[in-house]
Amino acid sequence: MNWDLLLSFVPQLVAGLPVTLSILVCSLAIGLVLGALLCWARMRRAPVIAQAADFYVLFFRGTPLLVQLFAIYYGLGQFEVVRDSFAWPLLREAWFCAVLALGLNSAAFTSEIMRGGIIGVERGQIEAAEAYGFSRLQIARLVLGPQAVRFALPSYSNETILMLKGTALASTISIMDLTGIARKLSALHFAPFESFIAAGGIYLVLAMVLTLSYSAIEKRLAWERERKTNVSPV
Amino acid sequence: MLELLSFGKSGWGDELLSGLATTMALAVLAFGVGLVCGLLLMLFRRRGTMARYVTVSYVTVFRGVPELLVLYLFFFGTGTVIQSVASSLGYTPRINLSGFALGVFALAVIATAYAAEAFRGAASSIPKGQLEAADAYGFGPVKRFTLIELPQLLRVALPAMGNIWLVMLKDTALVSMTAVAELMRQASVAAGATHRPFTFYAVAALIYLCVSFLSERLFKRAEARFALKEASA
Repeated sequence: MNWDLLLSFVPQLVAGLPVTLSILVCSLAIGLVLGALLCWARMRRAPVIAQAADFYVLFFRGTPLLVQLFAIYYGLGQFEVVRDSFAWPLLREAWFCAVLALGLNSAAFTSEIMRGGIIGVERGQIEAAEAYGFSRLQIARLVLGPQAVRFALPSYSNETILMLKGTALASTISIMDLTGIARKLSALHFAPFESFIAAGGIYLVLAMVLTLSYSAIEKRLAWERERKTNVSPV
Repeated sequence: MLELLSFGKSGWGDELLSGLATTMALAVLAFGVGLVCGLLLMLFRRRGTMARYVTVSYVTVFRGVPELLVLYLFFFGTGTVIQSVASSLGYTPRINLSGFALGVFALAVIATAYAAEAFRGAASSIPKGQLEAADAYGFGPVKRFTLIELPQLLRVALPAMGNIWLVMLKDTALVSMTAVAELMRQASVAAGATHRPFTFYAVAALIYLCVSFLSERLFKRAEARFALKEASA
C-alpha cells in the first residue's frame, strides 16, 4: 500500500463530493415528498389508490436499485412517447436519472418509515384530540406530526445512510461522483487499493457526520419535549 | 414480446433463467458464508476489549461503505495482490480469478458485518440467568453455546436474517458490473442485442420481485413456525 499515493487521491476524490451530495439531497427530497403521498394513500385505504401504493412499495423494495436505475436511464429511451415528450432533455441526463431512480426508491422506504412513526402514536391521543374538536389538519400538525417525527427519526437516519451508499450506483451510468472518480483513479494509476480505500474512508466520514447530526436532532427534539412538559399547565 | 422471452435460439428466456440460477447461487453462498462468519465474529467479539474494537470497526466499515465500492476493491484489488505475490514467487503469466468467486467473497464480507450485528442484538436478549444455570449444571462452553444460546439466538435473529437475505439478493445485481453472467448481466446483454432495454430490465425486475416476495413469505412462515408459543390459559 502506497500511502503517499492514497493521500494524493483524497483531494481529487473530494472534488466528487458535490456530485455525490447533490444526488443524495435531491433524491432524499423526492423520497420525502413522494413517500408522504404514498404513506397517506396507504393509510387512508382508498380503493385502487391504496393497492397501487402497496404495489409501488413492494416493487421498489423488492428489486435491486441497479435494475431500477438502468430501467430509467437506458430503458425509457425505448419508447417514442418518452423521446418526444418535454421531459426527454431531462431523462437523457445521467444525473437526473440517478436522482429520479434513487428518489423513487427512497420514497418506498420512506413511506414505510413514516407509517411506522404514525402507527407508533397512541390511538387514544387522536381520539382525545377529536373529542376536543381538533380538525384533521390540527391533529396532524399538533398531535401526530411531532411524535411521529420523533419515532421515525432513527429509522430515517438509517435510510439516509442507505441512500448515501446508493449514490455510488450513479457511477455505473457514467457519473463522476466519489465512486466514479475512484474507479478512474484506480484505472489510471493501477492502484485499486489506494483509490477505493481512500474513497471508502470519505464515505465513512460522511456517514459518521450524518449519523451524528441525526442523533443531535434526536436529542434536541427530546429535550424540547421535556422542557415543554416542565412548564406548569396554565 | 413473448418471442423475445422464448427459450431456444431466438429468445432470451433460457439466458435469463440461467442468469437467475447464477444470481441464486451468488446470493445463497454469500448469505450462508455471511451467517456462519457473522456468528463467529460475534463470538470473537466477546474475547476482550481488543477483539471488541476489531469487531466494531469491521462492522462499521462494511456497513458504512457502499457495497459497490467493496465489490470493486475485491474485484480489482485481489487480482493485483495475487499477481504481485505470484510474480515475486517467479510466476509471471496472468492469473484469472473467477468473478463469481470474488463476487461471493465480497458479498459475504458485507453479509458478515450485518449478521454479526444481528446476532449480537439477538444474543443480548437471552437472559443471563440461563447461561449461569448452564454453568451451574456443568455445561462446557461449547455445550452451553450450542444447546442454550444458539437455538434461541437463531429464533430471535430470524427477522433480521430475512432482511439480510433480501439485501444480499438485491446486492447480487451489483456483481453484474464485473461481467459475471447473473440475471442483471444477462438482462443487459439482451437489452443491448435487441435494443429493448426497458423490456428486459422490467422482466429482470419482475423476476427479482418474485424471488423477494416468495422468500419474504418463506421467512414469515419460518418465524411463525419457530415463534415462542404463548402459554395458553
